Amino acid sequence: MSDLVNKIAGANEEAVRRMLAADPVLIDVIPANEAIPELKPGMILHAGPPVDWERMCGPMRGAIAGIAVFEGWADDLADAEAKAAAGAFDFHPNHHFSAVGPMTGMTTISQPVMVVENRTFGNRAYCTINEGLGKVMRFGGNDAEVLDRLRWLRDGLGPAIGAALREMGGVPLKAVVARGLTMGDEMHQRNVGCSGLMLRAISPALARTAADTQELARALAFIGGNDQFFLNIAMALGKAMMDPVRDIEGSTVVTAMSRNGTDFGIRVSGTGDQWFTAPVEMPEGLYFPGYTDADANPDMGDSTIVETIGLGGFAMAAAPAVAGFVGAGSASEAANFTHAMAEIALGENPEWTIPALDYQGVPTGIDVRLVVETGVAPTINTGIAHREPGVGQVGAGVVKAPLGCFEQALVALAERMGVA
Amino acid sequence: MSMILNQVRRGYFLDSVALMRISRTVAGLDGVEEAALMMGSPSNLGIMCDADLLDEVGRAAAGGDLILAVRAADQAAGEAALAKASDLLERRPSAAGTGNTWRSKTLRSAVKHLPGANLALISVPGDFAAAEARKALRAGLHAMIFSDNVSIKDELDLKQEARAAGLLVMGPDCGTAIIGGVPLAFANVVPRGDIGIIGASGTGIQEISCLIAQAGGGVSHAIGVGGRDLKAEIGGITTLMAIDALACDPATRHVVLISKPPAAEVARRVLERIGASPKSYTVCFIGAEELDLPANARAASTLKAAALDAMQINALLGTVHTVTVPDARAGSIQGLFCGGTLAAEAQVIFRAAGLAVASNAPIPGIEPLAGSTALHRLIDLGEDEYTAGRPHPMIEPAVRDDVLAETLRDPDVAVVLLDVVIGLGADEDPAGHVAREVAGRGAGGPIVIASVTGTDGDPQGRLAQIEKLRAAGIHVAASNADAAELAVACIGAGA
Amino acid sequence: MMPPMMSMADDAIDNLFSAPPKLVNVGLESFAEELTAQGVEVVQVDWSPPARGDARLADLLSKLSW
Repeated sequence: MSDLVNKIAGANEEAVRRMLAADPVLIDVIPANEAIPELKPGMILHAGPPVDWERMCGPMRGAIAGIAVFEGWADDLADAEAKAAAGAFDFHPNHHFSAVGPMTGMTTISQPVMVVENRTFGNRAYCTINEGLGKVMRFGGNDAEVLDRLRWLRDGLGPAIGAALREMGGVPLKAVVARGLTMGDEMHQRNVGCSGLMLRAISPALARTAADTQELARALAFIGGNDQFFLNIAMALGKAMMDPVRDIEGSTVVTAMSRNGTDFGIRVSGTGDQWFTAPVEMPEGLYFPGYTDADANPDMGDSTIVETIGLGGFAMAAAPAVAGFVGAGSASEAANFTHAMAEIALGENPEWTIPALDYQGVPTGIDVRLVVETGVAPTINTGIAHREPGVGQVGAGVVKAPLGCFEQALVALAERMGVA
Repeated sequence: MSMILNQVRRGYFLDSVALMRISRTVAGLDGVEEAALMMGSPSNLGIMCDADLLDEVGRAAAGGDLILAVRAADQAAGEAALAKASDLLERRPSAAGTGNTWRSKTLRSAVKHLPGANLALISVPGDFAAAEARKALRAGLHAMIFSDNVSIKDELDLKQEARAAGLLVMGPDCGTAIIGGVPLAFANVVPRGDIGIIGASGTGIQEISCLIAQAGGGVSHAIGVGGRDLKAEIGGITTLMAIDALACDPATRHVVLISKPPAAEVARRVLERIGASPKSYTVCFIGAEELDLPANARAASTLKAAALDAMQINALLGTVHTVTVPDARAGSIQGLFCGGTLAAEAQVIFRAAGLAVASNAPIPGIEPLAGSTALHRLIDLGEDEYTAGRPHPMIEPAVRDDVLAETLRDPDVAVVLLDVVIGLGADEDPAGHVAREVAGRGAGGPIVIASVTGTDGDPQGRLAQIEKLRAAGIHVAASNADAAELAVACIGAGA
Repeated sequence: MMPPMMSMADDAIDNLFSAPPKLVNVGLESFAEELTAQGVEVVQVDWSPPARGDARLADLLSKLSW
């Protein structure tokens, strides 16, 4: 083996080591501008790689208009859109500020964000609280109902969860994921097990720190009624796990995957903060009654950070129920998705194992070289949003990361290492 | 007015044998003049272009794409043909979809699923074979490279790396090996015994191992070294490693080395290494007469002589086919061989008999085909000019059918000489193909002489194959060498 | 330069000769089918050209992978 290949092997070993050494703990909920001091009025963080207003999809624009009204930067939605088109707002990816957000992924100064600390390395990652299903901002919803809920999250639920977490010293998350995998969760499309575990973990502290029983009841009902409550925590966990893996010279490991409804972007450890982008692909799956693929929005959200750490589509073997959404897939074929992802990952995670595969660990450490060599693209379990803002989720299925991102990354790595 | 229709499937791979079978079915449809399903490599594009099968769609295909190409009498026939081709592709059990069995996509992941894997058998298109072999070596596996069209530079790099790691590279263009009693690729089911074989030729190994079996002996290991291992550029790396390996092998008592005559310096080095081995050797450099051999080695210039020498017998015993010489004829002998070394052995015998013969793969003293006026011809149908873009005639006997049919009709041909190679990897009924072509020619025509390289342990069954040939009026000799001698006798020469 | 007759070649080749080989088959499926029929342990690789046949990417891959 050449020196270069040895160097890459060593760098990748270090990358996977750091992933496996992570110790992510959910420690707090705080306003976004306390978590991210750079946030200021007019600055809107969104999901996916950088994108400007002209290229944004419908739901993303709807969410931006909504959040601008929410924060008081526009009088109403029409005013917000006009301002946005005129360049009044400052758009940035969540990823550039240690944050992630599902679907449209709006993060602005007053939003409450959950804080996950990676105790091994000391870094933190942030994600807003999951709003629930139906008409929500992450699907581009922006009416009074949506904004009212955001206000309650900001003023009620967020602080309540924050107080509980501080009181109990936080919730270590690796074990929650491990248990969830044994309960049929894959932490992207299916979080019902982990959401239940989280509720159990924090409800005593919520009770101890609650201002009154009405508020406590509302909080418990909200969390308890949201099967996807854990998604946002899993995303922050993923970001916290992957951020220390960035910038390892010579490493070909993928450190982020993300979409903004227009472009799919990846980042690779050995090429630092460079985004490699390609147009997002359309999801393939099953639609709720009354909807078809003609209604589908292109793929969107930072939630692919979950696949980046070996969960979601990578852990499909643990979640046969999800496989039923996957077009022609049957429950018994769920395992094949995980086997396919093992072809493009460097190793497996011994702490996150899948009983149905004889406790094989989830595929860990996506290697750009393996993706390009095999032509096997990371498979993502995703919800499908309606292309009109605010309608909500219309289906669920799989989508593939575009191979073009990985091919570009390979070329960039080769140039950086002097062999192009 | 015929028309060309193409369809391209991006990144869709299927092996050449499967593609050939589908192509033949589609080409036989009503209204179809020609059809081919091929991967879009530059050489395949050239072949399809020459066959007038490509339009702009097909020409734009890349190396990893599958091209479905049809030339038909009209649009309707063309579309029907493409639809049929698609249907045949769809009907193949898809690799990743059959039940719950996952098929690894790379050698790397395959090795994870078979701990203790120690040998990679590589038969991907030549352009990709060296890379796969390198992956195998890096994973600590020996490599048997069946693929040909690997560059000599890649071969040298691979063999040097393998030698440093203590691993064997058998090949490229290694069609036959028997390791630990297991026949690999194109090999025959022969009993285990104490004779080792090191061969630069697949069919050479096959013929000798089968004759040893016929004589009641058995084979410990047959190591294929690839057709170019004994060229000066490679210097016999794998051959030397094989000699060393068998020197220490308790299961081996005697070794047969088969090759075309190597470059002088390589021959010297090889013979010197043989001299240092505790085992006895039969050295068969096909057609070579004078050799400076060490004390533990004897020479044999034909495969048959090598087998007899290894078994220390004078004749093949127990053969059931005593062949009487048919009435002598005037005219030419046309040999159509699937096995290159079998063609070479025939040339040795024709040369010794003083016959004027030419070949597309001539041994020293035999004229090359181009520009030759020699009466007799011995053709190796496995040579590059016949196999570019097509399976080898041993995999797909149909490749020989057309040439055979034409030769049988030629009034100037007195004798047709054929090899019929059976065993693993070969067609399920090579004799059947030949018998059908010969039986279908009607009365008169050339004498047809054949031999069957194989054993009764082979799936096709040697005796059954011989019976099919004889039923079609073909004279079946005990060995390839015997068949060549019989052909010579039919012309009345060599007596 | 004469490499010694008994070399480090011994271990790996010894291992190869002393028992039926365990194979990884990369290419023609018929080879794997025949081996399986003989009771030999073999894994078939569902192979396709690296980088879907793109020669330039395959070349970069080879430089970065071995």
